[in-house]
Amino acid sequence: MKPTIQRLPHARVDLSTPIEFSFDGRRYTGYAGDTLASALLANGVDVVGRSFKFHRPRGIFAAGPEETGAFVQLGAGARGEPNARATLVPLYPGLSACGQNAWPSVRRDLWGVLDRFRALLPAAFYYKTFQWPSWHFWEPLVRRAAGLGRAPTAPDPQWYVKENAHAEVVVVGAGRSGLRAALEASAGGRDRVLLIDEQEFPGGSLLASPDPADRAWLDETLATLAARDNVTLLTRTTVNGYYDHNVLAALERCTDHLGPAAPATQPRQRLWRLFAGRVVLATGALERPLVFPDNDRPGIMLASALCEYALRYGIVPGAELALYSNNDSAWRRALALTAHGVPVAHIVDVRREVDDALRQAAARAGIVQHLGHAVVETRGDPALHGITLQALAPDGSGLLASRKNLSCDVLALAGGWTPTVHLYSQAGGRLHWREADSCFVPAGCAQAVTVVGRAVGDFGERLNTEPLWVTPGVASNRQWVDFQYDVTAADIELAVRENYRSVEHLKRYTTAGMSIDQGKTSNVNALGLLAGLSGRPVPEVGTTRFRPPYHPATLGAFGGLETGSLYQPFQRLPAHESHLALGAALEDYGAWQRPAYYPRHGEREAEAVTREVRAVREAAGLLDYSPLGKLEVRGRDARGFLNRIYVNNLLTLRPGFARYGLVLNEAGIVMDDGVVVCLAEDHFLLHTTSGGATAVREHLEECLQCEWTGLDVIVTDVTTAWATVMLSGPAARSVLSAVPTDLDLDREAFPHMQFRTGHFAGVPCRVLRASFTGEVSFELSVPAGYGRAAWEALLAAGRGHGLLPFGLEALMVLRTEKGYLHVGTDTDGTTMPQDLGWGRAIERQEADFIGRRSLDLAVGRDPERRQFTGLEPLDPAARLSDGAHVLTPDGSASAGYVTSACYSPTLGRTVALGLVAGARSRRGEVVKAWFAGETVPVRLVAPAFYDPEGARLDD
Amino acid sequence: MMRIECPCCGLRSEDEFRCGGESHIARPAEPASVDDETWAAYLYLRENPKGVHFERWHHRYGCGQWFNVARDLVSHELVAVYPMGAGKPQLDRGERA
Repeated sequence: MKPTIQRLPHARVDLSTPIEFSFDGRRYTGYAGDTLASALLANGVDVVGRSFKFHRPRGIFAAGPEETGAFVQLGAGARGEPNARATLVPLYPGLSACGQNAWPSVRRDLWGVLDRFRALLPAAFYYKTFQWPSWHFWEPLVRRAAGLGRAPTAPDPQWYVKENAHAEVVVVGAGRSGLRAALEASAGGRDRVLLIDEQEFPGGSLLASPDPADRAWLDETLATLAARDNVTLLTRTTVNGYYDHNVLAALERCTDHLGPAAPATQPRQRLWRLFAGRVVLATGALERPLVFPDNDRPGIMLASALCEYALRYGIVPGAELALYSNNDSAWRRALALTAHGVPVAHIVDVRREVDDALRQAAARAGIVQHLGHAVVETRGDPALHGITLQALAPDGSGLLASRKNLSCDVLALAGGWTPTVHLYSQAGGRLHWREADSCFVPAGCAQAVTVVGRAVGDFGERLNTEPLWVTPGVASNRQWVDFQYDVTAADIELAVRENYRSVEHLKRYTTAGMSIDQGKTSNVNALGLLAGLSGRPVPEVGTTRFRPPYHPATLGAFGGLETGSLYQPFQRLPAHESHLALGAALEDYGAWQRPAYYPRHGEREAEAVTREVRAVREAAGLLDYSPLGKLEVRGRDARGFLNRIYVNNLLTLRPGFARYGLVLNEAGIVMDDGVVVCLAEDHFLLHTTSGGATAVREHLEECLQCEWTGLDVIVTDVTTAWATVMLSGPAARSVLSAVPTDLDLDREAFPHMQFRTGHFAGVPCRVLRASFTGEVSFELSVPAGYGRAAWEALLAAGRGHGLLPFGLEALMVLRTEKGYLHVGTDTDGTTMPQDLGWGRAIERQEADFIGRRSLDLAVGRDPERRQFTGLEPLDPAARLSDGAHVLTPDGSASAGYVTSACYSPTLGRTVALGLVAGARSRRGEVVKAWFAGETVPVRLVAPAFYDPEGARLDD
Repeated sequence: MMRIECPCCGLRSEDEFRCGGESHIARPAEPASVDDETWAAYLYLRENPKGVHFERWHHRYGCGQWFNVARDLVSHELVAVYPMGAGKPQLDRGERA
């Protein structure tokens, strides 16, 4: 550890505002305007993290989102954040961070011993080394040893929002090029311009320019833009995704920079969805490291990072600075550093020839030059204190014998520039390999996007880059390519040897480019290496297409406000308050909150359900049935239209009569079922399952709008316009008669499967006599506003008749006892009507209907189809689980499964329904039902356990 | 995410819509009289061109209307929006499926 470093006078931090913070339990001081990384560097902290796989000590390597080593655990408890890049964390009072993936600390990490066993852990080692006894045996240990930070386990106390924004022009990146683009785009005052930058302050690389002219231009430009009403500047905002039609996603960190002082009234982060007329990408470029032995040692950083820390934050991070380069830009930066009080001692360049003017200027600045040399060794404990150079052979194939040692504590790497083309690639943009600069540059995109500045390869200077993808003549297993996931040149050689030559295979086999930084600094080096090893030019090797997000994003931001009770809209029954007053146990059924059962004091669910079932069988029960789907279909062509939708013949259905029917999709699969009521010759009421109302309505609409256009038919969903109660049981008629009504409820006047309209307690009502319980039932609907009154009136009327309210769980038992199927529970995505016993009825139907032709395909005629059946355990007390598999006779495979199983209080035994291969011709056969390792012998029976003749329906 | 020009509601986000797949697929007039292959083709065989695709969309969380879209499956550019029942439009690019 080095002493605290004095800041140079050009530092863009506020020296009058010191900020206290802690790292790994020790207290330090930085200044307002610092990042955690710059503050750690200024305090001489050299080891900040440990690498993912080998636990190698890592220092601060970059100054932006491309950081590969300085990952920290930020904060603690529910607000803790793993894998925060120290380079992106603005310093705030009370900041507390810890190193991660280390024990007991990043400085003295005992897991560091893994580095000695690297030979055992090559690329894809988990496919090889840990095969005995099996990978699963080793996995927990390996997962514990390798990794990153720990995600908090408590719920996140912070909150997140989402927002949409529209702009004629969105400029991504507020560096020099982005600012110019924003000035230009906003000049007329007409176009809305949104300027977005991921840093705390706009300016990009201008922030690291000590040149007073640059600083003045930045201040002036920001003032001009601020004065324009049509310009919005969003800082702390990372554009992460570029989607079709110029829609972008951006994550704004609203209060992260305030740390614990963030007000709870403000969201932590905001996920922006941006709709752009035109997009300008001014995303700059990222510098690449060079690949050589032990190039990951703390003290080795990117030259761009050195410039940022020295020229923006005013930090001289070492006593002896050396640059290692393969292009001209490093030389110009070495001169700028030296001129601003950060003397560079050495420049090592792999090129044998460098522009004379640069060489002379460097000589004047006192920089010792080592041309045509490579760094072949670095020394440190663990932070860097020296390097060894060797001259490269003229043909670049190896090294010459002579070695020289240099003393240095900072080595800055300048391996060439990579335009930041991630968003451009996400947008569908093509990339072109520019050989002269060894980088990919934008080459055309179908979307309205312009790329400017260094992002398009406009570096503003000649680079004369000469790539050296790997250092020849020295071992490759110590030359790091992807620092973050510990991928070395040897791993890439291994992959190529094992024939993983496609760039996509290389990535997945070695994990190069798969880490948190998604290979921001390593991808091009890995590609160059792959190209060289496989004897192909880089463009032929190609590159992987970038995918969102550009930068890791907080999952909470995608949840936004839609968590907990706001997760999805919910629907309450009109009589909701009455159910609460009755102590109902509510559950979510789709979007509806419905009573599952009504427990009495101390009663468990099964006891309550049994009591409710008995009430319906022996007296009467009342169920809130309002979610029952109700669609009205009217018009001159309504009858003919519905006859093409339902498998039933609806041409003969007279007003006041009802018929149970099935709806299929065109593939013949059962989509929904329900009772169709004829209200008038040109007016029908369709009942659907509670969950199926929307699907059936959309099905009808699609048929009317796309298939049979021009029909005189209107479909209206009236599900929520009518509250419905189901009054069921032998005493149902007596209960209903106790309420004043103009309906004739007499058995002969109003038989089963008929429908009446009239008045109930003075309110308009619709009453259907259909049954889903097997008992006499009245499904009574009143306008939704009267729903609660109707419910309470019937409860009161039933008091002397033994009437009880019952919930959905009892209804499911009642209908299972009767063998009434529930579409979606007792049918699946393969069920056709013949599997439900409708084969004969359909044969009698003359007209075509949707799905009919598909029933006659070979698949529909297969006798081994899974068919709807009853299942009865031989032992009446045996339990069956929904989803239990019914085994084939030899027990080797599944022949179907149990769809609904319950204990029947009425019959005193377990009953079940299911779908079983060929079941209709196998009645009486005993099969085995298998669930979680247990088998139960069951008999295949007709799916009606109770009152199979239906005598009770018309009582 | 695409932005789709609903003929009734104007330019709206893709998440308000539902794609109903390829359009202009005629249901056989007499399904009972076509052979299995013809019926299976009607049910399942669809175009997947590297270029313009004619498909129908439903403004599900909007006006509820169905309409046709000609869309380039490579660039996702919406080349044309036209009503249900209308024929495939003649496109400037000279493409016609």
